Amino acid sequence: MSQSEYLEVFIDESQEHLQAINDNLLQLEKEPGDLSIVGEIFRSAHTLKGMGATMGFEDLAHLTHNMENVLDLIRNDQLEVTSHVMDIVFEAVDDLEEIIVDISNGGDGKQDVDAVVKHLETLQGLEPAASGEEAATAEAVQPANTINENYDEYEWTVLTQSQEQGYQAYQIQISLDEKTMLKAARVYMVFEVLEQIGDVIKSTPPADELEEEKFDFTFVVTLLTTTEADEIKQRILKVSEISSVYIKTVNIDPYKENTTKEKNQVEEKANSSPAKKQEKRKKKESSPGKKGTELNKTIRVNIDRLDVLMNLFEELVIDRGRLEQISSELNNTELNETVERMSRISGDLQEIILNMRMMPVDQVFNRFPRMVRSLSKELGKKVNLEIIGAETELDRTIIDEIGDPLVHLIRNSIDHGIEHPDVRKSSGKSEEGTVELRAYHSGNHVFIEIEDDGAGINKEKVINKALENGVVTEEDLEKMTDQQMYGLLFASGFSTAEEVTDVSGRGVGLDVVRSTFESLGGVVTVDSELGKGSLFSIQLPLTLSIIDVMLVEVAEEKYAVPLTAIIETAIVNKKEVYSAHNQKVIDFRGKVVPLVFLHEIFQVPAKDKDETDNDFYSLVIINKGEKVAGLVVDSLIGQHDIVLKSLGNYLSDVFAISGATILGDGQVALIVDTNALIK
Amino acid sequence: MAGSSNDEKDLKVIIFQLKDEEYAIEVDFIQSIERMQPVTRIPGVEAYINGVMNLRGVITPVIDLRKRFGIESKEFDEATRILVLNKEGNELGFIVDGANDVMDIPASKIEPTPEVVGGVAEEYLRGVVKLENRLFTLLHLDKILQKQEDKAGA
Repeated sequence: MSQSEYLEVFIDESQEHLQAINDNLLQLEKEPGDLSIVGEIFRSAHTLKGMGATMGFEDLAHLTHNMENVLDLIRNDQLEVTSHVMDIVFEAVDDLEEIIVDISNGGDGKQDVDAVVKHLETLQGLEPAASGEEAATAEAVQPANTINENYDEYEWTVLTQSQEQGYQAYQIQISLDEKTMLKAARVYMVFEVLEQIGDVIKSTPPADELEEEKFDFTFVVTLLTTTEADEIKQRILKVSEISSVYIKTVNIDPYKENTTKEKNQVEEKANSSPAKKQEKRKKKESSPGKKGTELNKTIRVNIDRLDVLMNLFEELVIDRGRLEQISSELNNTELNETVERMSRISGDLQEIILNMRMMPVDQVFNRFPRMVRSLSKELGKKVNLEIIGAETELDRTIIDEIGDPLVHLIRNSIDHGIEHPDVRKSSGKSEEGTVELRAYHSGNHVFIEIEDDGAGINKEKVINKALENGVVTEEDLEKMTDQQMYGLLFASGFSTAEEVTDVSGRGVGLDVVRSTFESLGGVVTVDSELGKGSLFSIQLPLTLSIIDVMLVEVAEEKYAVPLTAIIETAIVNKKEVYSAHNQKVIDFRGKVVPLVFLHEIFQVPAKDKDETDNDFYSLVIINKGEKVAGLVVDSLIGQHDIVLKSLGNYLSDVFAISGATILGDGQVALIVDTNALIK
Repeated sequence: MAGSSNDEKDLKVIIFQLKDEEYAIEVDFIQSIERMQPVTRIPGVEAYINGVMNLRGVITPVIDLRKRFGIESKEFDEATRILVLNKEGNELGFIVDGANDVMDIPASKIEPTPEVVGGVAEEYLRGVVKLENRLFTLLHLDKILQKQEDKAGA
């Protein structure tokens, strides 16, 4: 019943919590001494457990519960963070992930977790103390225990201080009648009653979830008040449709003991002294009650709706172009002003809408640390993955696509790039290899780079293999730069690993990686130094749907060249054009640039009266990675924002055309696929 | 032959002209009938693909049916129409000499194609209909598109 509505939210949040656990576990592995990280993990696990139990996924709750126990041991310094412990906890997280995946695929979340639970229990068995503190949560009979363990530093401080000021803290468990239709309304009424007699410092689930009815029928609040417990109960029961109220006094003593212990061992947590800065930070990070109100400023929007918004806006951009054209023809001042204003506003709007679709690459990057960890264990290598610029933003459509090819490249770097520790040692490197994953903005592009300090690419091997497979000829090779030779790795059917491993030699070559990126308008380049390492660089456009183009005219046809591919435009005298190997070239800024005549490539019918007979060529200089070419056109019209549209299924695969757009006058102009024009 | 599949039902068709002949396509496939409008040529595709046009914001491929059937071309004029078809969500335009009638054809009136009809290869035809002194050729849309899809893909 009501649960199904929350299932989606549950899945979303579970994934977030799992990700947080994953991230923090990796962090913990790096700094095993930092117990504050354990706290973070603990909190995520705890929330997960609560959510799982509420939604009735017992295996999930059971497993998290055991995981929590282990974490608690770590937190209390009763268990050391060893690789073995981490492995088991990671295993548990893997199982949790599987459960969530199962649930999101419509399964019942049932999973055989016994094996992992047993491992976890063994860990607990090593140091059997302190398990009493961790009473089972899911049982509603002892609700007071449930939340007792869940106060964070900040809340404890509040509790302690208010007790000093004569307030009493109560945990109140309120159960609503199962037939209640308006749960949120009842909750609201209960809160109103409570706030008349004291302060609610915490509720489980948090206030915003209560508001959205994200709970079954029972919730727990912690109240600071001077009113007696009995009176509170009476008052709450006055609200209709409340089936039961259970009140328990909060005992602050264990916390006090705890903190004195912690003080000696860990870090100075503010107990008596109001170390405010830290307090504030803590509050932000951890108090779930507060979190709700602070995060209230964001909403979740279904991605489909954003897509619809984008589509509608694209229509608007087309009409804007049309309006601009009409107004420039009519030349009416008032009309011009209005249209200009509208253009400006819609420009702002465009920026906002495009920004809304932007997501940090972290969405993709965050799964790599785990992957690298398990991969390096599997291969017996030591690899340190460094991620830089995870906050860099890209359009959602691009984010959705780049995950798999990046996985491929990273696997490739670790499998083929990073050497085994003993090899590294003997060549004078540190045993641990480093793979650096970088993302950054540059102009209209986002660059993603994967750099490793491994063996580098053996050029000879690449060349031999390429010749063997007929990817290139000896002649071609003579003209190639080193980078171009490394680029051969991306040609079809290429694998330089001496033995095919199941890690990256799975038949899918790097050519798939390249074509995926190219279909997104991206460019992949490789550089490498033998023995020092390699660098894979991917250049991606910021967004796909509305792009900046240079409109050019060839005879009577108009074509759009994406600005991202253009270096500059130029006009050259025909006398400056030379022939080399049957190819017309120019000497442009000290570089030999081949010319591509668009009217030949596109077989453009010549104009009736030949007025092109002047002494100059108009050029659009384009690039693809290192390679440069000059497109010869009749005239340059100017720069425009256009909406990229596909030619549809019927006309898939037209050479050197990547799509079409509708111009201001309603005509269709084709968009040139510059990548296809540069060989 | 193929026409026998619709024996029980009457067909509502749109009648259009190509050269001297009249042809019919089921009305269910037709999304709209447009006047001739600017079409942007697409380089490097089959000659019968006239190009693409902007149909209310949707880029729509346009096919010259005369060229498709190997009938000699003729200048577009006032009567020229573009039949916009919608097949499985893909929009497609057919340039024809003219289109003005909608008719109900009793399924029983559909006869097998005689051997030669106006030079259009037999495989594209579903049959002929004789009605009140007029002769219509019923087109086999699937075949026309299928054939083209194969070619375009090759």
